[in-house]
Amino acid sequence: MTKRIFIPRDAAAVACGADDVAKRFALLAEQAKIDVEIVRNGSRGMLWLEPLVEIEDQGKRYAFGPIAPADVDGLVAELSQGAAAAGIKTSKALGLTEEIPFFKRQTRLTFARCGITDPVSLADYKAHGGYEGLAKALALEPSGIIDEVKKSGLRGRGGAGFPTGIKWQTVHDARADQKYIVCNADEGDSGTFADRMIMEGDPFVLIEGMTIAGIAVGATRGYIYLRSEYPHAATALNEAIDAAKAAGYLGQTVCGSSHAFELEVRLGAGAYVCGEETSLLESLEGKRGLVRAKPPLPAHEGLFGKPTIINNVLSLAAVPFILAEGAQAYADFGMGRSRGTMPIQLAGNIKQGGLFEVAFGITLGELVEDVGGGTASGRPIKAVQVGGPLGAYFPQDLFDTPFDYEAFTARDGLIGHGGIVVFDHTVDMARQARFAFDFCAIESCGKCTPCRIGAIRGRETMDKIMGGQDRDKNLDLVADLCNTMKFGSLCALGGFTPYPVMSALTHFPDDFGRARKLPAAAE
Amino acid sequence: MTIIKEIDYGTPESKSEKTVTLTIDGTSVTVPEGTSIMRAAMEMGTAIPKLCATDMLESFGSCRLCLVEVEGRNGTPASCTTPVAPDMVVRTQTQRLKEIRNGVMELYISDHPLDCLTCAANGDCELQDMAGAVGLRDVRYGYDGANHVFESQCGSKNDLFMDKDVSNPYFAYDPSKCIVCNRCVRACEEVQGTFALTISGRGFDSRVSPGMDEDFLSSECVSCGACVQACPTATLSEKSLIEIGQPEHSAVTTCAYCGVGCSFKAEMRGEEVVRMVPYKDGKANRGHSCVKGRFAYGYTTHRDRILNPMVRDSIDQPWRETTWEEAIGRVASEFKRIQEKYGKGAVGGITSSRCTNEDVFLVQKLIRQGFGVNNVDTCARVCHSPTGYGLKTTFGESAGTQDFDSVEHADVVMVIGANPTDGHPVFGSRLKKRLREGAKLIVVDPRRIDLVRSPHISAEQHLALKPGTNVAMLTSLAHVIVTENLVNEEFVRARCDWNEFTEWADFVSAEANSPERMQQYTGVDPEAVRAAARLYATGGNGAIYYGLGVTEHSQGSTTVMAIANLAMATGNIGRPGVGVNPLRGQNNVQGSCDMGSFPHELPGYRHLSDEVTRSLFEKTWGVKLNPEPGLRIPNMLDAAVEGTFKGIYIQGEDILQSDPDMQHVAAGLGAMECVVIQDLFLNETANYAHVFLPGSTFLEKDGTFTNAERRIQPVRRVMAPKNGYADWEVTQLIAKAMGLNWDYQHPSQIMDEIALLTPTFNGVSYKKLEELGSIQWPCNDEHPSGFPVMHTETFTRGQGRFMLTQYVPTDEKTGSRFPLILTTGRILSQYNVGAQTRRTDNVMWHEEDRLEIHPHDAEQRGVKEGDWITVRSRSGETALRALITDRVAPGVVYTTFHHPLTQANIVTTDYSDWATNCPEYKVTAVQVSLSNGPTQSQEEYREFSERSRRVMAVEAAE
Repeated sequence: MTKRIFIPRDAAAVACGADDVAKRFALLAEQAKIDVEIVRNGSRGMLWLEPLVEIEDQGKRYAFGPIAPADVDGLVAELSQGAAAAGIKTSKALGLTEEIPFFKRQTRLTFARCGITDPVSLADYKAHGGYEGLAKALALEPSGIIDEVKKSGLRGRGGAGFPTGIKWQTVHDARADQKYIVCNADEGDSGTFADRMIMEGDPFVLIEGMTIAGIAVGATRGYIYLRSEYPHAATALNEAIDAAKAAGYLGQTVCGSSHAFELEVRLGAGAYVCGEETSLLESLEGKRGLVRAKPPLPAHEGLFGKPTIINNVLSLAAVPFILAEGAQAYADFGMGRSRGTMPIQLAGNIKQGGLFEVAFGITLGELVEDVGGGTASGRPIKAVQVGGPLGAYFPQDLFDTPFDYEAFTARDGLIGHGGIVVFDHTVDMARQARFAFDFCAIESCGKCTPCRIGAIRGRETMDKIMGGQDRDKNLDLVADLCNTMKFGSLCALGGFTPYPVMSALTHFPDDFGRARKLPAAAE
Repeated sequence: MTIIKEIDYGTPESKSEKTVTLTIDGTSVTVPEGTSIMRAAMEMGTAIPKLCATDMLESFGSCRLCLVEVEGRNGTPASCTTPVAPDMVVRTQTQRLKEIRNGVMELYISDHPLDCLTCAANGDCELQDMAGAVGLRDVRYGYDGANHVFESQCGSKNDLFMDKDVSNPYFAYDPSKCIVCNRCVRACEEVQGTFALTISGRGFDSRVSPGMDEDFLSSECVSCGACVQACPTATLSEKSLIEIGQPEHSAVTTCAYCGVGCSFKAEMRGEEVVRMVPYKDGKANRGHSCVKGRFAYGYTTHRDRILNPMVRDSIDQPWRETTWEEAIGRVASEFKRIQEKYGKGAVGGITSSRCTNEDVFLVQKLIRQGFGVNNVDTCARVCHSPTGYGLKTTFGESAGTQDFDSVEHADVVMVIGANPTDGHPVFGSRLKKRLREGAKLIVVDPRRIDLVRSPHISAEQHLALKPGTNVAMLTSLAHVIVTENLVNEEFVRARCDWNEFTEWADFVSAEANSPERMQQYTGVDPEAVRAAARLYATGGNGAIYYGLGVTEHSQGSTTVMAIANLAMATGNIGRPGVGVNPLRGQNNVQGSCDMGSFPHELPGYRHLSDEVTRSLFEKTWGVKLNPEPGLRIPNMLDAAVEGTFKGIYIQGEDILQSDPDMQHVAAGLGAMECVVIQDLFLNETANYAHVFLPGSTFLEKDGTFTNAERRIQPVRRVMAPKNGYADWEVTQLIAKAMGLNWDYQHPSQIMDEIALLTPTFNGVSYKKLEELGSIQWPCNDEHPSGFPVMHTETFTRGQGRFMLTQYVPTDEKTGSRFPLILTTGRILSQYNVGAQTRRTDNVMWHEEDRLEIHPHDAEQRGVKEGDWITVRSRSGETALRALITDRVAPGVVYTTFHHPLTQANIVTTDYSDWATNCPEYKVTAVQVSLSNGPTQSQEEYREFSERSRRVMAVEAAE
């Protein structure tokens, strides 16, 4: 009987040598004349274990990792001697994949198939519940689909947290000869990789989500705006789109229905700001990636001036589950107004980094300490930046913050795209504040003044502060500048740069040469 | 007089009819739906600080000064990009807003030179104003940070610094002063539609860049000036402003170039023009301009201008400067002598389409009243006379039917034989704007004009017909409309003569008029013709714009009537967005025709044979008028060659250069005994003149011009005539010398007389022009404020008249000796015969006329780019250099005629329009061959021209 071996094609795994592992496995298996099928699956998201090789045995998958090409010899030797996967004795054996605590603790709705299926096999996708959401959607009126999305409580996973169903309703209600679905796959935040993982590991779920969106609002064309740094995702998406087209899931008549939906992958050109939805649209139109003023909202005048849904990869990829299992099944998870699950990405100086999909409500402390296992360096955590390079730095004091849009906002932070970057106590927070301005200066589109000039002046002023020059005056100036940028900037790039700066200044004043303010006596 | 400052509302006007009421700073204000908060505030007199917003451009939202607070909304939205909403409560000034604005200005100024006192924009700088408005008192960042201001910093080169770009002759670009508001880039896109400018780089590296980091002159920039006008700082400044300083007073006047009739503010310091700035309230141009009107006014003070009258006894003598008394006396005595010796009819005159209505009216009055003849004609003879004839016949009025604003409502635009982006650039820009909004375009032109494909514009159909086959094309378009049942029968039955329509419909339906059969003449794919016809007939509001490519043909009048037929058959007449629109060439060609410049008509297009009209004039002028039409220009020249026509008074026209068959013109002029020229310069015709009366420019006289949309607009004197007299005064001097009792003190009195004598001008007066800014005639009791769109209820003549338009090929045929067809046109930077524009820096864009020839035809003849070639026709030959391009089809060659030595009109024939004698400039069979340089006749002409332009040195004693 053919033995199925799973070796991820995910870029993170490949970066750790998964391709070499796969090659060596194929070579040795052939030499050993054992009958194996190597499936290049998506990643299971436990990045410290990559390349994570799985061997299937009687329907169960046993994990080994991290596997170097040299480790393959031992595995093949055992297999050729007829060993059961469960019985292979090596220090890299991890037991049943599903039982690994990091994995077991998750609630995988969006990522349910990621790492399990062959990403570009339509048959595999369908065998694991794929396209059930679309089937349900096709049986509904467009307004019915939108109602489901509304009821699920799904909010924009790109960071803004805007209710997805309401956005869809707006586009649905707009009258136009052409509407568009645009997927924002320009994932550029530091410490984030969920979009990439799902596009590489289960591209069909995104395609299905976009198709449902198209049917719901009457859009017949979709574009995935993918950052060019994601070549593996591009390959997987294009292969999957071709397969979906060939099988009639995309095209002039989706599944034989009266709905048309065409889908195309477009590559970005490397600007962070093109992840901002309006400059993304400009870029998609072939123009410079310049932020547009809102209104008009993209839902009214988006791509090529037409009503456009622009959603993050994770928002769209959550939709098939919602349609297939029902809005309630999704809404049952979460806390407060944050319903469902969030694929959280643990990164930076962390022992167990990776993708962790979980219902909203888990605390920051649990995430970084229990799930992530603390720092990789073993030193104490000093700060955690949540929500990308424009997210706030949280000190240990705030680790009780639950993962929830409102809870983070209440503490002058943001969950953003769910990226968490951990720093140990060696980090200099003044340098991090400077970095925020520097990042903004490098990535500014240059349209609005607060961002275009403010970021440069912020960096320069931080240099003066770090050089001890008129420290107090310049710290006041930075605070004023942050006020100007936060309220004056056109988009979130300039508008959110003050978050890392001010949070660093507030929570870590010592690093700025300023004594920690004593709590007010009354408090 | 003070400087005229238009209010800048920040964002464009909303056209919505629904209104919204909101509260701004505690005051209730009602504005059209879609208005921005910024504009609504300005409507009630509150100027919210702004830098990137201006009402000529769509809102952009980049400067972040205009933030406001809106009750119940988060954050501080930009007032320029946020539309008003019912019951919205807005605050424009709060502590938070003050802090943000101050913070933004502090950033701006941290990257801006502090050289206000020596800056060209000092006193007219929005950045300066805003620093004041927000109360900026300190720039805490210092000036030692990254900047675009200093060439070097801390002893090393500043890579961000860029030198000034002074390549454009009229304006300079100083990157160190740029605040990256994008207004120039947006003006180039939205207003001009050229897309020559962009922002290169990103973030702090962002900077304005013409093309791909080119300099302005070598980029696609067409120097329209929209960017300079849009710039809120001194980054883009007129060189004249840099040199002279800020103006202290200004007057609104009308451009003296093409028939678009742009309004400008002449901004002055004393009698010196600092700059010409397009006037936002100008209804023809809506605040836009082109390189000619905006910048090319230098000819008005050019050293070539003749400022003293000159006389000579014969044309082989040099000129002798003299007094006005002697010169005027000579004119009067010579004309009297000639009339006594050769008869009354031996004299005549030509009015100018460049001069004011008042100038023209007086010249034709002098000829009719003083000379007692009707021998008066005008240059419209050689351009739009078929328009007058064709539209009068079909609609009953000799003028275009729309205003230029109409194009904003057009859905399908058909451009026939016109090249608006070069010939009528400001209209071209307005048209392109509409096309970018989604209107469809059909181009009927032998040549691939820029409109066919330019940034963000692409014609649905380009019917590249063979020159001379307009009637074949238009009749076959009509064939499709009738035979495919696309006629708007309801309109035709209600508005037109049904019997004439059916006769016409039968005629065009004939198989011989189908696109398939007409292809043999037009050379155009019949399917393209059918598609164009369907689009025009069914695409919504269909508007036709046409130019001299329609009129300057042996069937020019027929083509105009064929256009009128199409418009009537499809119901595309009588409302905004449709119509038949001739793009008139000269600033006042409409006016000169209106003013009775034709030998058969009195002012207002009334035939001399009409006794009621004639007696009105006879009573007012106190003379008997000859009821018989006088001589047209070609007839005057013929008569001169025959010896019966001896004296002519030509005001502001260069017939030797602009009229066909130059040798014939020269022979006619040479045979005359007294040729009087009134002009700014010693033009080519003056080579044959005996008296030269210096003319005055449009800046030196009061008066009115009437543009292509029948719009009468004021021309205002901003400096004293350098020659001593305004043109109308010169004509009056002649009249007085001839014994007429004229006593006009001001052109307004001339207009009063025009109004008195002309029903369509009854309601026009300078007072009303002052009030309304401009008036589209007819203006009378029925239409006291003028009439923007004609034929709304009925046609002027009652019922619209369909005319049969049988295609008759021109006699000018190609054959083995003359296998190519020459057609002519013009270019953006030069104007007509070039007398003005060649005396400005516009020559930097067009130093010489060239012959455009298709690569195939060039290769067959061994012609390479830039080679000297001769162009030979049955009439004559001339030489110029070749420009190889596929803009022209094989078999067609093309040239401009802006330079006198080109002598294009040595080659053109004397074929002309059957109805009006308008010459057939657009079709000449020619052969092209390699040559070594100018022809012998060109060399001879150059010598002759130099000789006849000699002016005797003034004696030392004086």
